[in-house]
Amino acid sequence: MRLEIGNILIKDIAFGEKTEVKDGTLFVDKDELIEAATGGDERIKSLDVYLAKPGDKTRIIPVKDVIEPRCKVDGKGNIFPGVIGDVEQVGSGRTHVLKGAAIVTTGKIVGFQEGIIDMSGEGAKYTPFSKLNNIVIKMEPIDSIKQHEHEEVIRLAGFRAANYIGEAGRNVEPDEEKVYETKPLLEQVKEYPDLPKVVYVYALQTQGLMHNTFFYGADAKKIVPTFMYPTEVFDGAITSGNCVSACDKNPSYVHLNSPVIDDLYEKNGKEINFIGCVITNENVTLQDKKRSSNMTAKLVELLGADAAIISEEGFGNPDADLVMNCNNLENKGIKTVLVTDEYAGQDGASQSLADSTPKGDAVVTAGNANEVIDLPAMDTVIGHPEVANIIAGAWDGSLREDGSIEAELQVITGSTNELGFFNLSAKTI
Amino acid sequence: MTKKRIVHYINQFFAGIGGEEKADVKPEKRDGVVGPGMAFKGQLTDVAEIVGTVICGDSYFNENEAEASETVLEMIKSYDPDIVIVGPSFNAGRYGVAAGAVAKLVDENLHLPVVGGMYPENPGFELYRKHGYFVEVGNSAATMRKAIPAMSAVVKQIIDGNEEVTGYMPKGLRENVFREERGSKRAVEMLVNKIQGKEFTTEYPMPTFDRVDPAPAVKDITKARIALVSSGGPVPKGNPDHIESSSASKYGKYSLKDIDDFTPENGQTAHGGYDPVYANEDLDRVLPVDVIKEMLANGEIGSLHDYWYATVGNGTSVANAKKFGTEIAAQLKEDGVDAVILTST
Repeated sequence: MRLEIGNILIKDIAFGEKTEVKDGTLFVDKDELIEAATGGDERIKSLDVYLAKPGDKTRIIPVKDVIEPRCKVDGKGNIFPGVIGDVEQVGSGRTHVLKGAAIVTTGKIVGFQEGIIDMSGEGAKYTPFSKLNNIVIKMEPIDSIKQHEHEEVIRLAGFRAANYIGEAGRNVEPDEEKVYETKPLLEQVKEYPDLPKVVYVYALQTQGLMHNTFFYGADAKKIVPTFMYPTEVFDGAITSGNCVSACDKNPSYVHLNSPVIDDLYEKNGKEINFIGCVITNENVTLQDKKRSSNMTAKLVELLGADAAIISEEGFGNPDADLVMNCNNLENKGIKTVLVTDEYAGQDGASQSLADSTPKGDAVVTAGNANEVIDLPAMDTVIGHPEVANIIAGAWDGSLREDGSIEAELQVITGSTNELGFFNLSAKTI
Repeated sequence: MTKKRIVHYINQFFAGIGGEEKADVKPEKRDGVVGPGMAFKGQLTDVAEIVGTVICGDSYFNENEAEASETVLEMIKSYDPDIVIVGPSFNAGRYGVAAGAVAKLVDENLHLPVVGGMYPENPGFELYRKHGYFVEVGNSAATMRKAIPAMSAVVKQIIDGNEEVTGYMPKGLRENVFREERGSKRAVEMLVNKIQGKEFTTEYPMPTFDRVDPAPAVKDITKARIALVSSGGPVPKGNPDHIESSSASKYGKYSLKDIDDFTPENGQTAHGGYDPVYANEDLDRVLPVDVIKEMLANGEIGSLHDYWYATVGNGTSVANAKKFGTEIAAQLKEDGVDAVILTST
């Protein structure tokens, strides 16, 4: 499977009369975007659009998802197959990306589990999304809506908005191009016969409302682990079911730019032979965990891998999946590196994980999510600032009267991302 | 550059007051250097000044900790220091514990850096390691000549504002840092090294876990007093104690007297780590109050403890969880509870 990615670099955004890209500026026809994002969904009471640029004194809260606008210019299917649009096989052909722009969804809180993006100040340092030109969709549902439906309505509105904006890149000449290719297994193995074969074990959080992930629109808690061509994610094969703890739930943006896949391709043909991905889930029962982990190890073995990177999503309960996957693979003689984050307490003195194994001797950490940070007041708040007292990582009183916030790093969207999308880490002092 | 202000804490022995027979002397402060402070002065002369020395007898400190702490802290504060040095206390146990406790006082109340010197096996180190930069020193005062320059080196690094202070025994704390490369790239590099048999360094050494053996089975459940405890966040409607949805700082104790069955009106979950919809519809799914009350009425259990205890396990550090567990267990024991139904999520 071969995919060309054409990046159109977006340096600025503004509202305009027509949605288009001109000299690196993305102009957005607000009314048309509102119509496209609403998509005739009668469960939406109101939907408005705001812009938040790097350096703005703006806070977005509660953030539900971050999505990159892309469009399929050649090859089968459309972006986000099975979520919106048809469920064609994606991952080949050509895709244009509005690099530097993103859709951010906000609105009334669904649960506890949503995040904060600050566009400047201390908080901006801790999220990769403060560096993007964000188009913020603020959606409020009708009053009678129940939580599960509320989550779905806002999620789908975000993807419709991203696809609408992504279309603006269809006929624009990209600033940079990148080609990714993975061949069918037997051919891929022959491609670099002397290099060690590496598989990426891509664990998806699937613990229920606000902890869900979708694969071609299918609820990933109901799948058994399966193979995937790495390029499929770049066309939106994996999408987020919105936030759990904002710091380490993967927004759809991160799946679209899946960093382990990107960096494994960098080494492909040089030091390793990157032969493919196994996606698995993180369900809540022990039986599910055992089934998925055993099957993951079996599939990695069946592919003939020598080594694997295993990424986690979430924390606590999923630590058990990470440890089981590590043990099962290492027991088969397959070398592993784990990517996780830590909950070492506000003072950093606690052990960081809820499960552990001596076989996990190679761990990359994305930082201690319990660390307390201080976020200054912002001039503009898009969303609902009062939820700063109840979101995961905050406490009653986190939001001060002057609008500043004291809370754990958990509240910051993408701060301790466990796909390794960000630079934050931790060390022992 | 103005010289940094240092306060030095030492015990009665190093102050020249006396040995064991004087270990009960109360805290006192003296301007300038006393005892080993003179040697520090020689090392730090260009960058810092020891403005005062606080002295306390080891026995007095350890036997009157609350009182001694308050006085010592006030005395240290009165000099308005930038840095505090404690010891070195070598392998002197009570001196080490007192010096460590002073480090904790300064760390938590004044938020100032503390430099100490201890033999690694000094009990004061394990107890208070996270509150200061404790330099490894020999096991007796005979090694003072080595200890002073080593501790001074750490003081100088702190004064210089070094990002990576070296030369002390790790505090055992995890601290966030921004690394040059993003996590995924570091993971790929680490994997390549591991495959090639080259050296690699894990960023998080996996912890060794406590494993708790289950208690022996209850002999006669029809006579046992049962309590309900949960980390699934079951709380009265409205979450009166504001238990956090993640990283809980507390637990709640709630009366079961008037609740025979949970409804959406009288109970909810405070937990932010799972789908709350089903718990909020019927909290008996997390804390089986309806069933236990039925069993009580039928005489299937002896009695039911009047309260349930609840916290949120989500993102809560193991250290906090351990603390809650210890406190809850002590209360249950005091109230004569024989067995606990412990639910999670």
